[in-house]
Amino acid sequence: MTGNRQTVGADISTRYAAAIDCDLHPAVPSMKVLLPYLDDYWREMVSVRALDRLNLNLTSYPQNAPLSCRPDWRLDGGRPAGSSLQAMQEHVLDRYRPRFGILNCLYGAQAFHSEDMAAAFCRAANDWIRDEWLSRDSRLRASIVITPQNTELAVAEIERRADDFRFVQVLMLVSGEMTLGRRQLWPIYQAAERLQMPIGVHAGSSYRHAPTAVGWPSYYVEDYIAQSAAFENQLHSMISEGVFAKFPGLKVVAIESGLTWLSGYIWRADKTWKGVRAEVPWVTRAPSEILRDHVRLTTQPIDAADEREALLRLVDHLKSDELFLFSTDYPHWQFDGDAALPSGLADELSRNILSENALATYPRLLKADHAMEIAL
Amino acid sequence: MSIVDVERSAAAKYKLQVIDCDIHPAMTSWKEIHPYLEKRWIEHLTVYGSHLRHAFSEALSHPRMSPDAARVDAYPEEGGPPGSSLDLMRKQHLDPNGVEIGMLIPLRWNPGSQRNLDFGVALTRAMNTWQVERWVKQEPRLRASVLVAQEDTAGAVAEIDARGGDPNFTQILILPRTDEPLGRRRYWPIFEAAVRNNLPITVHVGGTGGHPSTGGGWSSYYMEEHHMVSQAMQAVVTSLVFEGVFERFPKLRVVIMEGGLGWIPSLSARMDKHWSRLRSEVPHVKRPPSEYVREHVWFTTQPMEEPGSSAALIDLFDRIGWDRLLFATDYPHWDYDDPRTSFKANLTEAQRLQLLRGNARTFYGFA
Repeated sequence: MTGNRQTVGADISTRYAAAIDCDLHPAVPSMKVLLPYLDDYWREMVSVRALDRLNLNLTSYPQNAPLSCRPDWRLDGGRPAGSSLQAMQEHVLDRYRPRFGILNCLYGAQAFHSEDMAAAFCRAANDWIRDEWLSRDSRLRASIVITPQNTELAVAEIERRADDFRFVQVLMLVSGEMTLGRRQLWPIYQAAERLQMPIGVHAGSSYRHAPTAVGWPSYYVEDYIAQSAAFENQLHSMISEGVFAKFPGLKVVAIESGLTWLSGYIWRADKTWKGVRAEVPWVTRAPSEILRDHVRLTTQPIDAADEREALLRLVDHLKSDELFLFSTDYPHWQFDGDAALPSGLADELSRNILSENALATYPRLLKADHAMEIAL
Repeated sequence: MSIVDVERSAAAKYKLQVIDCDIHPAMTSWKEIHPYLEKRWIEHLTVYGSHLRHAFSEALSHPRMSPDAARVDAYPEEGGPPGSSLDLMRKQHLDPNGVEIGMLIPLRWNPGSQRNLDFGVALTRAMNTWQVERWVKQEPRLRASVLVAQEDTAGAVAEIDARGGDPNFTQILILPRTDEPLGRRRYWPIFEAAVRNNLPITVHVGGTGGHPSTGGGWSSYYMEEHHMVSQAMQAVVTSLVFEGVFERFPKLRVVIMEGGLGWIPSLSARMDKHWSRLRSEVPHVKRPPSEYVREHVWFTTQPMEEPGSSAALIDLFDRIGWDRLLFATDYPHWDYDDPRTSFKANLTEAQRLQLLRGNARTFYGFA
């Protein structure tokens, strides 16, 4: 078995050698690791209110649900999945040997109702990511965890990271307090555009509203299925409100969206726009054209029985092979073995998905690389 | 706004034979309902009006882009809103389009969303009788739908049983924005009554359940709101499947009306994929979700998808299943589909007939 695995391992590391993994999930093991990054007030609050006993695991990813962690990626001793850099290196970074991996920390602090509390813990989580992950593996990059319900605090956190080019993206959950196109959120997009950071919209909800327009489903699996509809609605909100007309340099990356909903989206959106565009005069082009210029999507999961066929169909429907960004979604259980990207894709398409599209989407990736070379 | 003048009264190149599954009848005046509504509820409606979970009692909070959401050429000369004149409906739609059977889908007052349950039930009773007296008895091509106030399960079941033996009714009508997702157990007596009376459950876009149109809050624009009805329909289908409704009611048939078509293959694949991962949570869902959809759910065609190529549309129909598609025009609404032009695909004559008439004949059991 060992010999066999080594052979396979050599193949996959060749295949993924230049890849950029756009969705890796590091987990905060417990609030205790954040204490050094909190100010006196919040350290006292943690102590007085025993905040460190709170389990901030998001309802969107129940800790022990099969989807939340692949069986062979679970950590021993009951440690939260994704909380070990060493394990991430073993499972992904040293196995696929991607050129870069982008960390999207789904820390629950962003969902606190208290904006101050949320901002304090998001800031601490970003500091912790910097010290415990980015500084320990030069292949890693990260998204900035923010508290979008307060744009002033969110923008301050983004600007705090501006000079550290290892932070390449701003992270938001797909379902928060308001639809993502709303003008209240625009200061976040303005800062992101200025600093050449895409807005990474990741599956997940702070559960301010029922996950569907028809109310609260009974089961977790229904919540998860509803995420693709949430992505569709949020991208449509951003397009309809004119976010991309206002911020022409802005990119949005839909992370863990399921992907195959895209065809139905552009057909319906383009047709409706033709009929009612007088309502939104700033939407001067068909939604599909705006999407092609501004929206990118990570590849795991691909909601289809045949992932290769699904990707080719999407490229045909979307008339572009520039939209898709490789991801493993580690440690979520989306694929088995090494089938992170379906085989049998043409070389150029494969190269675009694995690396070229991400390089074009994240200008800060190479800046950080350059800065490091100088430092060396 | 420019108006494209289409010669709708001109004879078609060939004789159309159409079953239209979605026609919206309107009232010239709301007093039309008085003969069928108890005095108490006429007074209630006059004094308190419609009491719903949204901002305006008699208006939509996302105003449409045309008055009454209607075709601009659908206003009767004698006055009244589009859809209120049987004469115009015949001249403009039923006759020139070869409509053999047309299904009435009344949307006024949203009885299923009324917060006063007794009022909602009274409205459904009155509007069901109104459909028969005002429309079906005057025009034998039309059929009525059993409106129900689904939040009062007992009242809804009583109304289904009362109409079940009446051949003027072809289906039970529910709007998707219910208080809870439609698959939840509180609604199961309605499904039981549907099966008992051999009537399909038809879910037509609409309703005011109070929840925002998205899991991330309310949309600003009608352009968004119009788009998001198809996501609400996805949530309805997901709920019916994962609550085990089709396991419990193997003879239940559901029609998703005006929810679009483009999302059906991707939702089915998404449900299958994540069911296979998470099925230990839902052991009552015994088969891949796509199989329940394929066996129990039908879809009306309007608004027809326009993927930009004939091949892509035919590929979509292949993946949904040709026999699951029921033609609908949505007359007299603005996004009406013309049976001559709405399928932008190279269909064979057999395929065209199947879509325009054959599937609905089989589904509704018309001779």
